[in-house]
Amino acid sequence: MVVRDNTIPAVAPRLGEKKRRAFGEVPGLRTLAFCFLAFLYLPIGVLVAYSFNDGNIVMVWTGFSTDWYVKVFGNADIRKAALNSVIVAVSATAIATTCATLAALALARGGAFRGKGATLGIITLPLMVPEIVTAVATLVFFSSIGLNLGLGNVIIAHTTFCIPFAFMPIRARLEGMDTTLEQASRDLYASDWETFRLVTLPLLMPGVLAGAMLSFVISMDDFIITLMVAGAGDTTLPVYIYSMIRQGITPEVNAVSSILLLFSIVMVTAYWFTTRQKPGPNAH
Amino acid sequence: MANLPENAALRRTLALGPALAIIGIFMLIPVIIMASYSFLEAKSFGGVNWVFSGDAYVQLFYERMLDDSLRLSPGYLIIIGRSVALALVAMVCCLLVGFPVAWFIARQPLRQRNMWILLITIPFWTNQLVRTFAWIIILGRNGVIEVPFRWTGLLAPEQTLGLMYSNFAITVGLTYTFIPLMVLPIYASLEKLDFSLVEAGADLYSSRWETFSNIIIPLSKPGIIAGCLLVFIPSLGAFIQPDLLGGGKNLMLGTLVQFQFSTARNWPFGSAIAMILLAFVVVFLMLYARASRGSKSLEVH
Amino acid sequence: MTRIQPAATVTPLHPAAPTAVERSGGEPAVVLENVCKTYGRGASAVEALRGVSFDIRDNEFFTLLGPSGCGKTTLLRALAGFEHVSGGVIRLFGQDIVDVPTHKRPVNTVFQSYSLFPHMTVSENVAYGLRRLRRPADEIRTTVAEMLQLVKMERFADRLPTQLSGGQQQRVALARALAPHPKVLLLDEPLSALDLKLRQAMRQELKQIQAETAITFIFVTHDQDEALSMSDRIAVMSEGQVQQVGTPTEIYEHPANRFVAGFVGDANFIEAEITSPIGAEVTCRTKGGLDLRANGAKARPGQRSVTLFLRPEKVRLAPKGQGTVDGQVETIQYLGNACLMEIGIGEAAPVLVSERMADVDQPRRAVGDRVGVVFDPRALQVLEE
Repeated sequence: MVVRDNTIPAVAPRLGEKKRRAFGEVPGLRTLAFCFLAFLYLPIGVLVAYSFNDGNIVMVWTGFSTDWYVKVFGNADIRKAALNSVIVAVSATAIATTCATLAALALARGGAFRGKGATLGIITLPLMVPEIVTAVATLVFFSSIGLNLGLGNVIIAHTTFCIPFAFMPIRARLEGMDTTLEQASRDLYASDWETFRLVTLPLLMPGVLAGAMLSFVISMDDFIITLMVAGAGDTTLPVYIYSMIRQGITPEVNAVSSILLLFSIVMVTAYWFTTRQKPGPNAH
Repeated sequence: MANLPENAALRRTLALGPALAIIGIFMLIPVIIMASYSFLEAKSFGGVNWVFSGDAYVQLFYERMLDDSLRLSPGYLIIIGRSVALALVAMVCCLLVGFPVAWFIARQPLRQRNMWILLITIPFWTNQLVRTFAWIIILGRNGVIEVPFRWTGLLAPEQTLGLMYSNFAITVGLTYTFIPLMVLPIYASLEKLDFSLVEAGADLYSSRWETFSNIIIPLSKPGIIAGCLLVFIPSLGAFIQPDLLGGGKNLMLGTLVQFQFSTARNWPFGSAIAMILLAFVVVFLMLYARASRGSKSLEVH
Repeated sequence: MTRIQPAATVTPLHPAAPTAVERSGGEPAVVLENVCKTYGRGASAVEALRGVSFDIRDNEFFTLLGPSGCGKTTLLRALAGFEHVSGGVIRLFGQDIVDVPTHKRPVNTVFQSYSLFPHMTVSENVAYGLRRLRRPADEIRTTVAEMLQLVKMERFADRLPTQLSGGQQQRVALARALAPHPKVLLLDEPLSALDLKLRQAMRQELKQIQAETAITFIFVTHDQDEALSMSDRIAVMSEGQVQQVGTPTEIYEHPANRFVAGFVGDANFIEAEITSPIGAEVTCRTKGGLDLRANGAKARPGQRSVTLFLRPEKVRLAPKGQGTVDGQVETIQYLGNACLMEIGIGEAAPVLVSERMADVDQPRRAVGDRVGVVFDPRALQVLEE
C-alpha cells in the first residue's frame, strides 16, 4: 500500500478579526441576489412612479397627479380595448381550460396507448414554436381560408396557445393525485361517473383553477399574436398600448400600463397561492 | 392497461379530440401552410400566387439587380447574425447572473426559497410589452439614467448617452425579460443537488473552484442547458424588445418577419424567414433532447 | 480479537492503561478542548456542543455514541471542517485546525448517505481525492486498485454509483475516503442504511480495515451494539456534552451516570437510601422498604440518597423463597436467545430480568409465576450523581 504522509499545511494565524464564513457560503451572493431583485422590479417601479407625473412628457417630472388615471378611465378607446381583452381572455380561457381538462384526464387516466408521446407533443406544440411564427402562421391561415370573424379570430388564436398553459397545471395536479382514492370510491360502489363527479373532479379543481388563471393571464398579456391577427376594430389592450407607445410616450401610457401590471401581479400571486399545497398538519 | 373496455378507448379519444383538433387545425396546419407559402411567388400587395418559386430563400442571400442578375447581399445575413449574436449575449448574461442567484436561493431555508421564487415568477408573468416599455423610460433620452448626468452638467441638453435604439438596449431588454427562465430551471436542479456532495468534494481536497467545476457544474447541467435553451429560443425570435428598444435600424428575425407581413407585404419572404427561425428552434430542441437523454442515463438505472 | 498494531501504540483495552500520550510520549491524534457550537442567535439559539473536551489516540477506533441530536454529528462535522466551532480548540496531531479549511485538512469522511459523485465511475470516485492532491498518475492508479481490492470492489471499477447496491456504495465510499490515506477517518453512521446482516458483516470488516490501514477511525453511531463491538474506546454524548469516555467494558459495566447506563443496554434503576457507612459494599434501603447490599465503589462520602443500577442479565431467577427477594412474573418477551421478563416486587417498579435460553427450548416461566430474584451485590451499583 502506498502510504504517503499527508502533512497538515502551514496555517495562517487564527483569523481573529476576519469574519468566519460558514462552509459553502460564497461572499457577495446575497448582495448579488438583492441587486437582481432590484433589476427585476426597478423598471416596474419607475413605470408606475411616472404614471403619477403631472406633466404630459413622461420623463420630465413636474408634480404628483392622478389625472392620467382619470384620463385612462375616460378614454373610450381604452375601455373598448380593455373590454375586448376581457372578452377574448374569458372566452379563450373557458374553451382552453375545458379542452385541457379533458385532455389531461385522458392522458393521465386513460391508460397507455399508441401515440401518447405524439399527443403530448401536439398539445405542448404552442409552447415550442416562437410566438412570432405562430402569429404569422395564424395570419396566413386565416387569410388563406378567408375566415373573418372579427374578434372571433382573436379568440381562436388565443384559445390555441392557451391550451398548453391550462393543460400543464391540471396534468401536474392529476399526476400528484393518489389513484387509490379513486379505487376506494369504486370499491365503495360508486360508478365511473359518480367517482369522477364526487372524487376526481373536486380533487382536480385547484389544478383546473390554476390552469384557468394561467391561461387568463397569458391571454391578457399576449401582444404579438393579437397584433398580427386582430382587425382594426378588434384591438386588445396590449395592442392599444403598443399603438400609444408608437405615437409618443405620455404618462397616460404609464397609467394604463400600471393598471395592466397590477392586474397581472394580482393574478399571478393568486395563482401561486392556489397551486401551493396547503400546509397540512404534518407539513414542515 | 392494454385491454381497457372499448368504450374507455372511445371516451379517451373523445376527450383528447377537442384539444388536438384546435391545436392541429389552428397551429399545425397554419405552420404547414406558412411553410408552403415560403415556396410561392409573392403578390405585390400581400398574399401569394400559387406558383412554385425559390425566390424567398434566394432573396435571403442575393439581391436581384435590375438586369435580373443576382448579387450577393449580406443585409439579411447580418440580421440573422445579429439575432443569433444578441440572443447568445443575452443568454450568457442571464447565465452569469442567473446561476449565482439560483445557487443563493437554493441555499436558503424553504420558506424564503418559496418567497424568492414567487418574486422572480411575478415579473415573468406580467405583460412583456409593458415591462419592455419601462426600459424606454430608463434608457431613453432624458431617461432615468441620463437625469443625474444632466443635473451635474456632464451631459449638455442637446447631448444624449445614446443608450436607446442600440444593440445594447436590445440585450438589456432580452436579458431582463427572459432571465427568470434561466433562474428557475437552474434553481430546480440545484435544489435537488445533495449538498453533502459538495462537502464530499471539499473533504477530498477540492478547492472552491474545483468543487464548482468538478461537482456542481456537472450535476446541475440539465438545469443549465434547459435555462440556456429557454432564454435563447425566445430571444432569437423576439419582436417586442428589438422593436421598442432597437429602433428601425437594429432589426432581428422577429421584427423582420413582422415587417415582411405588415409593411413590406412580401408573404413568401416573411414565411421563409419564419421557417429559418423555426429551423433554429428545431435544431436546438433536438440538441436539448440529446443532452437531456445523456444526463438522464446518469440518474436512472 | 486480532489487531495488528504498530509496536509503539498501546492497546487501550485495559481500563487501567494510562493514555497513549503518557505511555509512549506520542501525540494524541485529536485533542478537543472545550469545544462549543451554537446555532442561531438570541432566543432561538441552539447549543449543539457545550464544552466538549477529550483526546482521541493515534490509531484508535474511537466511537461517538449518543441519541440523535446529542451533538455527535456536529462534532464530526467540526472535525471535517463543515462547521465552524463557536469556541474551543481542536488539535490534529498538535496543530490547531479550527481555521484550516476543509480541503486542507488531512481528514476524510465516509458520509452517512455515501455521497458518491453520481457522474463519476467507481474508480473516478476513489481517485478523486488523489487527483486533487496532484498525485502522479501511476500512483493514483495503483492506490485506486489497492483501495478497491481492500474493500473487495475491484470488479465494479467502471460502474456508476447508481448501478451499485447500498452495501457496495458503502464500500466505495470507504475506499474513496481511505485512498488519500488521511490521518483521521471520520465515519458518519455509515452502516445505518444497510440491512441487519450486512451491517453485522461490515462491522467486522471495518474493524479489520482499521487495523490494516493503521488510520485513526472516528465513528459516529447511535447504535450501542455497533459501538460496543467495534470500538477501542467510546465517548457517550448527550445534549451536547460528553457523558463518559471509556472502553466498551467500562461503559457497559461501569457507566458513569444514569444516562449512560440507560442508553447503553437495558438497565434497572432503583431509588434507595444508603443506611450503612460508605465503603466497597454498602447497605441500601429501597423506597419499598427492602434492604439490599450494593456495590458502593462510586458512592461519595456522606451521600445518602442514591440511584442503584442493575443489568437485567446479572439477575438470576430461583424458585420462590430462595432468592434475595420474591416476585411475580408480570410480562414475558420471548427474544429467541433469551427471555426478557418484568418481575413485580411489591409496589416498586418491576425489575427487568433477562434469562438466557441456554439449555431449554421453551420459556421456563409463565406470566403469574412466583419466583425468587437473585443477584450479586457487586452487580448492584451505586451510580455517580
